[in-house]
Amino acid sequence: MVPSSYYLVLSAVLFGLGVVAFVFKRNIITIFMSIELMLNAVNLAFVTFSQHLGKLNGQVFVFFVIVVAAAEAAVGLAIIILIAKHRQSLNVERVDLLKL
Amino acid sequence: MSAPIIVFFILAGVAVLGAVSLIVQRHPIRSALSLIVVMVALAGLYLLQGAELVAAVQIIVYAGAIMVLFVFVIMLLNAGEEERTNVSRMARTLGLPLSFFLMLQLAWWVGRGARGLAPAVSRSQEATKELSKLLFTEFALPFELTSILILVAILGAVVLAKRES
Repeated sequence: MVPSSYYLVLSAVLFGLGVVAFVFKRNIITIFMSIELMLNAVNLAFVTFSQHLGKLNGQVFVFFVIVVAAAEAAVGLAIIILIAKHRQSLNVERVDLLKL
Repeated sequence: MSAPIIVFFILAGVAVLGAVSLIVQRHPIRSALSLIVVMVALAGLYLLQGAELVAAVQIIVYAGAIMVLFVFVIMLLNAGEEERTNVSRMARTLGLPLSFFLMLQLAWWVGRGARGLAPAVSRSQEATKELSKLLFTEFALPFELTSILILVAILGAVVLAKRES
């Protein structure tokens, strides 16, 4: 069997890559996608600990994380569409005011 | 090396490559497709761990519904390649090394802390049944609350999208 630590290191690496993408990318949609990447990394850690400890609570939390991610995607993408309409740009540096 | 470890390294390599590709690609649609690759690889890892239901939900909801929403919005807005500006040079010189440092630190300390952990045991065949029981007994209230959360999200999306300037 694969040791739990392998999964946890992979989860940490994916989370770190998500942070890198969050800092590095300039496109607002890609930044949003890097948040999804970080959520996925956390899900992997949840499942790993759930399997490791023999308790299924961690997998229930994964479902809640997925639901929150879906809700976040729905509202966030609506906001992105509004921003793109008003600013004619998806570059985050052009969106430095909260007021639309 | 046993077969599960080889499968793990293949899937982990695909996931990390997909994540790197998400960063490297300049066009958002390619980034979105890379993210789908990461999600499918993660679903494979969930299967490898014996979490079948989570793997199925990962494919159906994440790679299916959420990413289709992303691709849809990218195409709707006709998003082009991202432009480089002066400010992003600071992100590249300062933010990139620092966040890579964060990534290495995270991997190092998590790896160190988890080294003593025994290999993950494969769960029983009834894991999905147990999970459903748990979801509808102990976590029944949070489960119902998520439906309210989704309702609020739908309302929010509709209100935001219908607003006239």
